[in-house]
Parts: sequence; structure tokens; C-alpha cells
Amino acid sequence: MIAEFGLAALWLAAALAALQLIAGALALTPRGAALAGLVRPVAVVQGVLVALSFAALITLFAQTDLSVELVAKNSHSMKPLIYKISGTWGNHEGSMLLWVMVMGLSGSFVAAVERRLPEPTMLATLAGQAFVSLGFYAFLLLSSNPFTRLSSPAIEGAGLNPLLQDPGLAFHPPPLYIGYVGLSVAFSFAIGALVTREVGPAFARAMRPWVLGAWIFLTLGITAGSYWAYYELGWGGWWFWDPVENASLMPWLAATALLHSVSVLAARNALRAWTVMLGVVAFSMSMVGTFLVRSGILTSVHAFAVDPERGSFILGLLALNIGGALVLFGLRASSVTEGERFTATSRESALVFNNVMLSAILGIVLVGTLYPLLAEALGAKVSVGPPYFNPVSAIFAVPMLLVLMVGPLLRWRRDSLRRIRLQIAIPAVLLVGTLIWAASQAVGLLPALGLALSAALAVASVMPLRGRKLRQVKLPVWGMVTAHFGIAVALLGMASDAAFTTERLVAVRAGQVVDVGPWQVTLQRIEPVAGPNWTALRGDLAVSYKGGSVTELHPAARTFWAPPNETNEAALKTRWNGQLYAVLGQATGDGRWQLRLWWKPFVPMIWYGGILIALGGLMALLGRLASDLKRLVARDKIAYRRMRQGR
Amino acid sequence: MKAKHQRLILALIALVALVGAGVLAAWALRSQASFFYLPADYAANPPEAGRAVRLGGMVEKGSIKTAADGVTITFVIHDDKARVPVTFKGIVPDLFVEGSGAVAEGRRQPDGSFLADNVLAKHDENYVPREMKDMTTEQARQAIEETK
Repeated sequence: MIAEFGLAALWLAAALAALQLIAGALALTPRGAALAGLVRPVAVVQGVLVALSFAALITLFAQTDLSVELVAKNSHSMKPLIYKISGTWGNHEGSMLLWVMVMGLSGSFVAAVERRLPEPTMLATLAGQAFVSLGFYAFLLLSSNPFTRLSSPAIEGAGLNPLLQDPGLAFHPPPLYIGYVGLSVAFSFAIGALVTREVGPAFARAMRPWVLGAWIFLTLGITAGSYWAYYELGWGGWWFWDPVENASLMPWLAATALLHSVSVLAARNALRAWTVMLGVVAFSMSMVGTFLVRSGILTSVHAFAVDPERGSFILGLLALNIGGALVLFGLRASSVTEGERFTATSRESALVFNNVMLSAILGIVLVGTLYPLLAEALGAKVSVGPPYFNPVSAIFAVPMLLVLMVGPLLRWRRDSLRRIRLQIAIPAVLLVGTLIWAASQAVGLLPALGLALSAALAVASVMPLRGRKLRQVKLPVWGMVTAHFGIAVALLGMASDAAFTTERLVAVRAGQVVDVGPWQVTLQRIEPVAGPNWTALRGDLAVSYKGGSVTELHPAARTFWAPPNETNEAALKTRWNGQLYAVLGQATGDGRWQLRLWWKPFVPMIWYGGILIALGGLMALLGRLASDLKRLVARDKIAYRRMRQGR
Repeated sequence: MKAKHQRLILALIALVALVGAGVLAAWALRSQASFFYLPADYAANPPEAGRAVRLGGMVEKGSIKTAADGVTITFVIHDDKARVPVTFKGIVPDLFVEGSGAVAEGRRQPDGSFLADNVLAKHDENYVPREMKDMTTEQARQAIEETK
């Protein structure tokens, strides 16, 4: 029953999306104006229905209903409940339903609360949202139905990939999806504004919270995904330039650029066409990412569907949505470009520079991600990795970070560097000083640059607060300062990991002591342990920092039986100044065990930095929402007064 | 300066930066991308020593040997045409076994052997290193069967 209910809800939601598209489009014409009242309620109900459908799928997974094909293929009755639930989106069909649900819910939210846009733009936006949704509904219902029943129920499920059985991995897709799909709202806004040619500060102010919200979730998702890869895969790295990681980085880069250009548009009514373009590009990158991950043209831990039909379906959607948006942009761009001017030394210029550099990095990541696929189509096997991505993206990241230190200090429209020379001088001295120090420590070029930029940016990012009464500083400014400071923190972690990591790889007997950096590590014993659906060999390590108090670490090698697989559970010991990372290897046959140990100074800063960046975004979002609310209340008061006065 | 001129200049700057990024990317890809070699390619047309490449094939039965330090292993990667000795210092993936497929990332040594920084095997039952999917030799087909 539940499966049938879920499927029915999904079909109904799809039908409502079609109605929303038609009514929204017709309502823009003079003859269809009567339909205008229909669009918002339909959008709300559509979101509710698709959410019910997703709830039905979660229920099926929680109950391990083995008469449903998807559950039988991806779950197992012996699994802990939270992994049964996370198994709902740990597969192709479920994750697509999650995507459509987030899209439907954000559509209902826009329909329910957004009152700043002119009504025609709003109708066009909701129609655009419905158009994009419809493609994904068709994809789900026609080629990836999650509710298909088996002709006879399975006796037992096939299980969930053990790599996915980890709290970090199980719960990092939803925030990423909220981020991806949140950008669909920005996309629909851009379409709506292009259709009605209403691109201006009001449009930017309406769009900004959505961009901010999506960007916060993307930032958190990427941060969590990176930390998951770092501890779960056991190889001690935090970023691999894997196509799937790039798939989340590309929309983030576009959203970061969009976030800054939308601020220029809101504050200064400039960069109109560019902002609309970025709105289109940002969501396009989400879709390109989905295509890469879900089409089966690349193999990765995250890519489940190896099915050419689905690949071509998503490619078709991609071409239709992105192509359509670009054609619309081409037709309308010339009529929305009029904007305010600014000089070369101004806040606008710095933000334009940031936008161009972010776009260049985005281009580099995109080329590096697609090139192997292109080469493969031409018959060559190529792998693109850190030797390409690191230096080439650094060429654009370094100047961007340098301008980032100056930009927030500049005034809008027209300013001079002489006015802020003192604020620039301090970070500049720090930058050069750190570079000289790093050179004396024989640190590589990129890590040295990272350390120097980190030190300078940490100081430069708080400069905008200088000479102000801190209590009167507005929340969005605090947000900017926090996010920029977060970049400095994350950079410190990245550069320090690259520059100062110490590694030991040894084979030891029980009782032997190994030194790694300032740590002493003793292997005490290896013992078998068992969990709910796995058994493991666990190492008991006694570790002490510089001969201080002793604590235990337990790296383990786990064996799962459904499906049969082994995973390596690294063990971490975090201090304020870094992390000890221990991996248990294999037995060498003569009573020794392989141990891989890393001392990584300041590496957790990478993720603390990511959290700070997201927190900065949250502060900005709350600040904007609060001032929007104030404006709304004021407007209502005026309207009420007028009504009382009988006008 | 008119607004129109300013827009034009901005668009030109953006265009130059993006084209620059594209050219840079293309140049870097030509010189830096690590290329994939099968043992037969490796023997017939060896990569220059020291350049980062990937070598993929089957792990020869009986060829995995662990050195006295317990962490350095040597093994042979082969296809039906050639064999390449590989040295690797580290912890191999759990699914790295003799007779199965593997990809070694590393560099050719002057003596023709391969020094690996990293060894990839089946990630799990669904994950095959991408390059191994199209290997045409009998062993590779076998590997693909195994990894299904």
C-alpha cells in the first residue's frame, strides 16, 4: 500500500507541476490573467505531495519492505535503523527523488513567502521552476521509478555499500542536495526576471537569500564530504580532485561568484546581465554535476547508476534547460544591461575581479573534469589529478585572495588606495614576512604561499571592523568578516598539512614503540571485535604527545558480510595543534602488523574554516532576513494607515 | 567614459581572463595529465622516467613479495603481452590480491621497473578503476567479470 501511495503522490505532483507551468505561462498573457491566482497554491500542494512521496519511500526502507525492488537491492533487514533510513538516498532512484523533493519544497516555499518580486516575475519564476521540475519528474517516473514492486518479494536484501555505512557519509548528501537544488530557485528567478525584463535591485534582494541559503548548505556539504573522505577512506588526504568532488565544487564556485555579484546588483544596480548569467550557470553546474555522477560515464564511490539510458536522459534535460536558458539570455541580455558606473578602484571593481577569477577557476575545474571523458571518447586514456588542478587553479586563486584583502575596505563607486594604505600595509608586511620565514623552512612554493596568504588574510579580514563601534556593525558585515576569516583558517589547515605532515610507515610487533613527529605510539595488541553487521580486527594503540599522558587509539579493519566487503577504520587523536592519524594495515605473516601513522599539524583548521565560512553566510542571511522583515512590517503599517484614512 | 564603454571593457577583461584560463588549462593538460598505460604499451613505448603515469593490469599469480621491513612490497603487473615489476611502499587496499586487476600510480624508474606511490584495486564490488573497464585482454575481461 505504502509503495502505491508513494507512486500515486509522485504522479499527482508531476501533474500539478505541469499545471503550474501551463497556468504560470498563460497567466503572463492578457487573456490568461484569471489563472494567476492558481499558480501559488498549486506550487505549494506540489511540494507537499512530493514530500509525502519521499516520506513513503523512507517508510519502505525503515520497514525493509522486500517486495519493493529498490529496497531489496539496497537494504538488508540486519542493518542498523539509521542506515536503513540513509539507504533511502544511498542509491540512484532514491537520490533523484530526494532531488525532486527538495526542488518541490523550495518551490512551495517561494510560492508561500516571497512577496518582494513583482507579480508577473513571480509567475514566470514559478513556471520556470515547474518546467525544470517536470523534466526530473519525467526522469523518475519513466526511467527510475523507486516504487517498483517485485513479482515475488525477495527473501533478504542485498545490503548497502559499507562505505556508505558511516554517519558522515550517510547524512552529507541531503545538505548538498539542498544546496544544489536551492540554486534551482536562483535559476528560476533569473529566468523569471529575463522573461519580464525586471532585473534590478529589487530582484537582487529577492534572489539573495536563496543564493545565500543554497551556498551555506553547499559549503557545509563540501566540508562534511571532505572530512568524511579524510577519515573514512584511510588515505589521510582531504581533497582528491575526484570528479564527484569537483561536481560539488563547481556549483559552489559559481554560487560564490553569484553571491558577490548579487550584492553589487542589490546595493549599486550594476552587473545586471552578469548576475543573471551566473544564476543560470550556477544551477547548470549543479545539473552537470548530477549528470557526471548519475550517468555512469564515470566510476566513483558516489556514482551508482551505470546505465546509458539514464545518462542520455539527464544529458537531454541538461541540454534542454541550460540551452533554453542561454537562448533566453541571448535574446534578453541586451535589454537588461543598463546599470550604474564605477571606477577601477572601487568595491565594485574588486568584486568584478573576484567574479572573473572564480569563473576562471570554475572553467579550469570544468575542463579538468571533462577532459578525461572527452579524451576517452577519442580513444585516449587520461587521468587528470592534483599535478594539474593544484598549480593551475592557484594561478587564479592567489591574485583573488590578494584582492580579497583589499576589496572589503574599498568604498562603492570611487575610492583611492591611498586612503586605506595603513590597512593594506599591515597584511602586506605579514605576507612578505611569512614568505621569507617559509623559504627558510624549505617549504614548497604552494604551501608557502598558502601560509603567507593565510596569515595576511586573517588580519586583513577583520580590518573592515577597524575604527567602528562593534555593537553597531550590521550582521551581514559580521558575516562577511567571519566568512573571509574562515578562508584564512581553512588555508592555514591546507598549507600546514602540505608543509608539515610527518609520516611513518612501519611493520611492528605488539609492544614496539614508534615515533611520529612529537608522538610516541605503542602497539599493544590486535584483537577481534564484532558490530551489528560486521566483524573487525582492532588495534589497541597507546599514544602520548611528547611523553605526556597516555591515551588509546583503535584503528581497525572491518569485514562486512552483506554485501561482502572490507573497510579500513582510521583512528584520530585531535589536539588543538593538529591530529594524529593511525591506520592499521595487514599482517605481514611473521607476527608483525603494518601501521601507517601521520602527524598532521593544524589539519582540522581546514574543516573549522569551512564551518566558519558557512557561519558567515548564515549571519549574512539572518541579517538580510531581519532587515527584509522590518521593511515588510513598515510597508504593512503604511498600508494599514492609508486604509484607516479611507484612501 | 560612457556606461556602454565600461561594459565593453569589463566584458573584454572577463573574456581575456577566461580564454587565458582555457589556454592555460589546455597547456597544463598536455604536459601534466598522467596517462594510463597497459603493460603492453609500457613495454612497447615506455613513458619517460620520472613522469607521473598510471599502470594498470593484472597482478601476476605468485608475484607479490613483502620485503624484510614489512611494508615494502614488490609484484608484477601483466597483461597477455608484457610484464612490469612494481615496487610499492605502503598499505595495499584490502581487495588487492594476486590474479586480480589493479592500477598503480607512480613513475617509471631508469631500469624500466615501476615505483608506485599509490595502488588502486577494486574499491568495493561495484567500483572498478575507470581505466580497467575497457581492457581487452583475457585477464582483464576476467577482472571485469570478477568486479561485477
